[in-house]
Amino acid sequence: MTVATQDGALSGERAAPGPAPLAPRARLWPSLGAVYRAQLSRARVARIPLLFVATFQSIGIMVMLRGVVHAGDGEAARAVVAGSSVLVVAFVALNLLAQYFGQLRASGGLDHYATLPVPPAAVVLGAAGAYASFTVPGTLVTAVTGCLLFHLTLTNLWVLVLVVPLSGAALSGLGAALGLLAPRQEIATLLGQLGMSAALLLGVLPASHMPAPVSWARDALPSTYGVEAFARTFAGRSATDWPAVFADLSVCAAVGIASLALATWSYRRAACR
Amino acid sequence: MESTQKQGGAGDGLACSVRGLVRTYPGSRGRPGRRSRPTPPVRANDGIDLDIRRGELFGILGPNGAGKSTLVRQLTGLLRPDAGSIDLLGHDLVRHPERAARLVGYLGQESSALDELTVALAAETTGRLRGLDAAAARTARDAVLDELGLGPIAARPLKRLSGGQRRLACFAAALVGPRPVLVLDEPTTGMDPVARRAVWAAVDRRRTEYGATVLLVTHNVIEAETVLDRVAVLDRGRVIACDTPVGLRSLVEGEVRLDLVWRLEPPGELACVAALRPLAEVAGRRWTLRLPQDRARAVVAEITGGPAFEALDDFTLAMPSLEDVYLALGGSGEGLVKL
Repeated sequence: MTVATQDGALSGERAAPGPAPLAPRARLWPSLGAVYRAQLSRARVARIPLLFVATFQSIGIMVMLRGVVHAGDGEAARAVVAGSSVLVVAFVALNLLAQYFGQLRASGGLDHYATLPVPPAAVVLGAAGAYASFTVPGTLVTAVTGCLLFHLTLTNLWVLVLVVPLSGAALSGLGAALGLLAPRQEIATLLGQLGMSAALLLGVLPASHMPAPVSWARDALPSTYGVEAFARTFAGRSATDWPAVFADLSVCAAVGIASLALATWSYRRAACR
Repeated sequence: MESTQKQGGAGDGLACSVRGLVRTYPGSRGRPGRRSRPTPPVRANDGIDLDIRRGELFGILGPNGAGKSTLVRQLTGLLRPDAGSIDLLGHDLVRHPERAARLVGYLGQESSALDELTVALAAETTGRLRGLDAAAARTARDAVLDELGLGPIAARPLKRLSGGQRRLACFAAALVGPRPVLVLDEPTTGMDPVARRAVWAAVDRRRTEYGATVLLVTHNVIEAETVLDRVAVLDRGRVIACDTPVGLRSLVEGEVRLDLVWRLEPPGELACVAALRPLAEVAGRRWTLRLPQDRARAVVAEITGGPAFEALDDFTLAMPSLEDVYLALGGSGEGLVKL
């Protein structure tokens, strides 16, 4: 309450010389932190069942594919484990975030943020960051389960520390943009589901078995680069082509920056009409 | 409208000055081969002029679709007007709509952004996003929750509260982080009398403490009459009257409202009842009549003293309310609220 009480111009004097002073803007990082914290707390109320669904879906796919793919280090086994792990990120960051922003926009909930002096990037990045964080436990459980199931090495799982945030940034930016740009809530949900299905089909299957047009679609999907980076690390510590891993992660980062910028622009467009 | 003209242009003593505000929503073209028909554009605000004084509790009253929300969305920077000007505390909001967020504390009708947060976190986060640092946001949160008696439910998510409690929690969030102007869109919807009283006490405190100007959108005629300093009545996107509640009621001075509730069918065969039929606004078994005082008294005497009394279940004679003013001014809707 200090701002108003200390500020003479906010008192109800009749003669008001000049425009009233403006309250300070919320700065980017503190407000991003506040949005992130609030979004993370929503998980406790509404998101935990969905996180289970995301994890079980991925584990289920791996168990199913274990019947047709041989265990041991091979392109197919790597693709299945890496693809299923990144699928958890796609489920939550892309699909659920698209639904969340679609619903927020349709219900008028964006007005709450739009009438606060908060930078649009803080709202979008805070929500995207929280959704990407939701995926961490599920991705980890899926990756460990997959490695055990397909007899892959666990030594390089630390790379998830980079894969989850970077592919999370790319996919959540895309999810937020879809949710905010879709003209109707149902379309936002549909696009989120389609994006997740694409991440499933194009991520889990080995690239060398795909016809050319499908592999182009695979190249266009941001999650692919997270899958590729992760899959490469199953070669073990010495055999991993680290420059290629970091090249893939750089693509993820670049797409992440672009998609989050697009999401921020979409938010601005959706919030003020 | 005369009373707004008396104020003169935007200047000293005015918190908000609106001139010639127009906002049209585009119609749809409809799709050939489908059932959807083209809808014409809707002029939701059609040349609105308003002056709101500093420290005033100013109300906007009108039926659904009168353009209240459209007006408020422009005053809070959510919507750009097609034409006209908005001056809020010396700031041009048409040119700088983003400044509204730094001048106005807004309580909208929707709570979906806060629904899954706890009451405490909703208030604290809103304070942070209003530019308070962490410690100030926590202090302000505690003060507001205490003030509104929300302490016992502070740890519960908004989603799990009743409608009135949820509304009060959103109101608390709107108050965290002080603003010289508060815009409240139907703040007391669904609240019990205790919560309503807490809302009006909190509003009053902000007016006396730092002269906050409060703009209230309401449907509720009784609330409008009791709390507002002045009220603008909106109809079809225009201000059809603007004055104090007492001043507005004086427009229909000399008239009273007579409600007759019949047991079953009104006895239309009686001449006195048949004569009233064309004057009455009929809602089921209830007839509402707006009559000059002498005539109303005569009607009551005739009906209660004659055979029609047998058919009568209840009757009331009341002084005119703002709803009667609205209808007398030629308001096009079906009245404001059914009370």
